[in-house]
Amino acid sequence: MEANIAISSEKKSAWGGGGSKPFGASYGKMMMWFFIVSDALTFSGFLAAYGLTRFKFIDSWPIADEVFTHVPFLHGDYPMYYVAFMTFVLIFSSVTMVLAVDAGHKMNKKKVTWYLFATIIGGLIFIGSQAWEWSTFIKGSYGAVKTTDGKILQFVNSDGRQIALSDFVVGERGDHLEHHTKKNGLWFEKGDAIPQYSVAQIINSYNANSNVQVRTELIDLDKKQKTILSRKEGAKQLAKAKLVVEGANLEVNEYGNTIFADFFFFITGFHGFHVLSGIIINIIIFFNVILGTYERRGHYEMVEKVGLYWHFVDLVWVFVFTFFYLV
Amino acid sequence: MASHAHESNVKRIWIVFGILSVITIVEVALGIIKPESIHLNTFLGTSYLNWIFIILTLAKAYYITWTFMHMEGEKKWFRRSVVWSAVFLIIYLVTLLLIEGSYLYDTLSPLVRW
Repeated sequence: MEANIAISSEKKSAWGGGGSKPFGASYGKMMMWFFIVSDALTFSGFLAAYGLTRFKFIDSWPIADEVFTHVPFLHGDYPMYYVAFMTFVLIFSSVTMVLAVDAGHKMNKKKVTWYLFATIIGGLIFIGSQAWEWSTFIKGSYGAVKTTDGKILQFVNSDGRQIALSDFVVGERGDHLEHHTKKNGLWFEKGDAIPQYSVAQIINSYNANSNVQVRTELIDLDKKQKTILSRKEGAKQLAKAKLVVEGANLEVNEYGNTIFADFFFFITGFHGFHVLSGIIINIIIFFNVILGTYERRGHYEMVEKVGLYWHFVDLVWVFVFTFFYLV
Repeated sequence: MASHAHESNVKRIWIVFGILSVITIVEVALGIIKPESIHLNTFLGTSYLNWIFIILTLAKAYYITWTFMHMEGEKKWFRRSVVWSAVFLIIYLVTLLLIEGSYLYDTLSPLVRW
């Protein structure tokens, strides 16, 4: 409305240049808070929808610490450690951000610069970790079989620990399928990727190896563990198998309910997008700090406002961490 | 803002970082150990363990909002306009959706054959 009326710069942070300041907050800061409220409600909508779906499938939902068990460069079963590390990285980058804001209050340009730099690095480590987490999830670790009635069957050894298809499947595919690429395709350029093993091959290997048992998605609600079927029951379920599933995407998910994967991609993806935009905004104000923009303006309020956004991203992660990985 | 020259908050920031770290470590430790007594017994629709996680998460959210986002320094009614609105709407939404979710389970699960 009054965008093209010249306003002296010290009054710019007041509303409409009139000098009044509702709640003692500047226009920019207040609007950042109200934006955060609306964004918080968006995330709540997603997490509440996740909660609804989880309650709907309470007796078959994947158990998070059986899904997220990987740490880069290490083999084996390490539930939760890597997400805990990611949480720490994000909390720590929040700390450096608030230290930057604090240094801004004292007009200490050098400290603001270094703390902002540390914040950006923290954000990059976090988003890199998330990318790694995604790729591990998409690739999958064990492989499973999907039945005609949409259930996922996993395989365990005699100790009840999950084993990968490659741990027990032997023999020939039996269906002569081959993955066609540009190199060996016949009249087309390339075809869909074909799972490493065929359904028939898995059933034969299961029948040949008496140490292997089938685990279904069904949770024993008294013990909060997935149900392991007897050899006979397992063979009966396996007879319904129609598809070999390796990894997870929006259509199939070797860890269980497909909608679990959908929510995982959607919620952590939306949060990751917030982290990404936070990093970009941080980089912009980082250069503004170096160029002395806020020094000339007389205050570092912009760092404070961007800081609010960055803390909000951290705040959301605290909830995503709890509801996706812990609860 | 720059106008009121308050003394440095640096010490308090590190204390809060310590608190947040300890809470996170406790959460992860509980999540890995899953003590049976609190994991398998339920209270108000979910296990005691889950309630501990939720309470610890809210504590973390409190420290992040109040200290890092400096909510404690804002005017009382500005703080309330933000916090009360968000908290009320979120509780409302979550309550309705979770009730609906367990209704769906009660209605649909008898139809699923395992």
